[in-house]
Amino acid sequence: MISLCLASVIIFTIVEIAPGDPASFMLGINAQEDTIAALRAELGLDQDKLSRYFSWISGMVQGDFGTSYTYRSPISNMIADRIWVSLPLALYALVISTLIAFPAGIYAATQRGKVGDVAVMGATQFGIAIPNFWFAMILVVIFALKLRWFSAGGFVEWENGIFQSIKSLTLPAIALALPQASILSRVMRSALIETLSEDYIRTARAKGFGKRAVIWRHALRNALIPVLTIIGLQFSFLLAGAIIIEQVFFLPGLGRLVFQAITQRDLIVVESVVMLLVFAVITVNFIVDIAYAIADPRLRRRV
Amino acid sequence: MFQPTKLIAAGALAVFASAGIGLSAQSDITVAMQLEPPHLDPTSAAAGAIDSVLYSNVFEGLTRFASDGSVTAGLAESWDISGDGTVYTFKLRSGVKFHDGTSMDANDVKFSLDRARAEDSTNAQKALFSGITDVSVVDNSTVKISLDKPNGSFLFNMAWGDAVIVAPESIDGIKNKPIGTGAFTFQNWVQGDRIELSRNSDYWGDKPALENVTFKFISDPTAAFAAVMAQDVDVFTSFPAPENLPQFEADPRFQVLEGSTEGETILSTNNKMPPLDNVKVRKAIAHAIDRQAIIDGAMFGYGTPIGTHFAPHNPDYVDLTGNSNYDPELSKKLLAEAGFSEGFTTTLKLPPPSYARRGGEIIASQLRAVGIETEISNLEWAQWLEQVFRGKDYGLTIVSHTEPMDIGIYARPDYYFQYDNPEFQSLMTELNGTTEPGKRSSMLQKAQRMISNDYVNGYLFELAYTTVANSKVRGLWKNAPTQATDLTGVSWAD
Repeated sequence: MISLCLASVIIFTIVEIAPGDPASFMLGINAQEDTIAALRAELGLDQDKLSRYFSWISGMVQGDFGTSYTYRSPISNMIADRIWVSLPLALYALVISTLIAFPAGIYAATQRGKVGDVAVMGATQFGIAIPNFWFAMILVVIFALKLRWFSAGGFVEWENGIFQSIKSLTLPAIALALPQASILSRVMRSALIETLSEDYIRTARAKGFGKRAVIWRHALRNALIPVLTIIGLQFSFLLAGAIIIEQVFFLPGLGRLVFQAITQRDLIVVESVVMLLVFAVITVNFIVDIAYAIADPRLRRRV
Repeated sequence: MFQPTKLIAAGALAVFASAGIGLSAQSDITVAMQLEPPHLDPTSAAAGAIDSVLYSNVFEGLTRFASDGSVTAGLAESWDISGDGTVYTFKLRSGVKFHDGTSMDANDVKFSLDRARAEDSTNAQKALFSGITDVSVVDNSTVKISLDKPNGSFLFNMAWGDAVIVAPESIDGIKNKPIGTGAFTFQNWVQGDRIELSRNSDYWGDKPALENVTFKFISDPTAAFAAVMAQDVDVFTSFPAPENLPQFEADPRFQVLEGSTEGETILSTNNKMPPLDNVKVRKAIAHAIDRQAIIDGAMFGYGTPIGTHFAPHNPDYVDLTGNSNYDPELSKKLLAEAGFSEGFTTTLKLPPPSYARRGGEIIASQLRAVGIETEISNLEWAQWLEQVFRGKDYGLTIVSHTEPMDIGIYARPDYYFQYDNPEFQSLMTELNGTTEPGKRSSMLQKAQRMISNDYVNGYLFELAYTTVANSKVRGLWKNAPTQATDLTGVSWAD
């Protein structure tokens, strides 16, 4: 709660001190001064900053984010529309990332120092180094332009068929997931290697468990804590960090909304979406904390 | 060629074809553009994207622009101008209906014009209406507009997207649900993605050939290329990646239309900031610039060199590029005469479009060659408006002035160029009071020469209008006399 309040003050201050008046931006270079003043009054920009801050905050507490300066429609509706693109995209990317990272990380850890390990680690190095917008463009060239399996971008709404929507999110999700999967498999590998050197693993081995059984029954669960932390961070990143990918695939998501709002000086939209993302990050961290407790019962007392 | 790939591709295509998007019937079209309208009211924002979607398609004015930039009859079928040029009597077309079924009559015209010139009006081009003293309804189909003084460009002004006729019944929802009189009705807007229009079966004029129109917004140039190549879209107007145009030209699936806009791209100069207040220095800058190098380097060859602030496709245009030809030696000599043989340093503030960012670097190096150093700073539009346009805190900037027939801005001493020439100002006043075409034409030519001889700004090139389209699409506008994508005459071949 305190962090939310603090965040709201910081966001509001930073956005408001950024140069550029929304009204004069909207009316362009031929506008007369009286027209700009009239629009400022219509948008409520003629009020002082403090009262605008409080009306923004009090509205938000009641779930009303206010009205966009440029679109002139309620921000809550705009966010609600966009979240159905961004949230599934982030989840989809997270699933792909996890599905790649777990087997890759576990395999690399068991093959530590051998050819398999080197190969996986080399591949992840590559995955981290490739900028995801470039990778996205390569995906478009191969799968949309050459093979024509997917369209080059755009989003098919959920009403028009779930399969279609998922298909339209596939290339963006892969492009987003690749660097995340690389990071996650490295974390998975090092966490598992560290756990494997613990005493209780040796004990388990001494008790006659096979290597595979030790990994599945003892090591993996204990190695999950750092992995969960990274997954939590990645989810927030995927939700907020899809701005460039949403541009490349022209998806009508939150990232694109923020991007447009910033260039159009639609300050209230910027403030509200960023606030929402802060809320999402805090929520995700909370969920991760709960997940820790499930993964490691010893942590339950501390929570 | 690796044949199995082709086989897989063919198979996959067959699988996905049924599910494909963008495979439109021949009466439907998907038109893509870079910018999405902020809202859908052309009468209360400067955003050209609003007109790009709605002008002539959904909204119409008393008069309208044709594709060659001339002004023709719109909702007014004819008009009379009083002898002294101050009273315009418009005869409206009969049987015109708004999309909500209400009829369009003289009261709607009065409402629209009064709204635009009202005290609390948020019309971005309020100056278009400033000469109007009274709008009166004579009868249902006749409107009389009185002006404070003769205005030779009044019919032209009424053709702007900012002067379209709207109805009091539907004005409240106009920003999200535009109701006009045009050949297409607004259907749906998925914000951030697309706007859908469909044919207006009650349209008063020729019915359009297209049934359904989708405008799609793709801002990233690489994504724009991919979307056209994959044929997800049928038309892309103002294609943002000129470097890819030759590839489309070579591909029989596509056609590339190269036309011109009303966008004079100029090196705007602060005429009050020393040493730029010295005409010799401005002349030196003009001669230091190699226009073709900028067109080739920044615009991949698309654009027409200009020597003054006027569109080359206009019949009144005078080619004055020779007045400021590329001559670095002359430029150095002029600088020495002005007392700057060692050169000087000034600021060059660049807004986001690529003509400015790419062009700015080329100009900076051309100026450096004659001894003028520039401190480049890249600005967002909102910052540009605040610092350069309003604050006049700049030495040089590059911007494209896209308003049609806007040479009148040179008569405003407080405009950001800060060009203050009483002779030019009286010429413009005289021009506004003249309706006789021959006289207007010679005055406009005189005005072009005046600003060219004063080297007010560095005149670079007219922005090209490049459209990439499926080769079967017919009837698209080649030029952009105003920001519009007029689809009323567009059809598919076969």
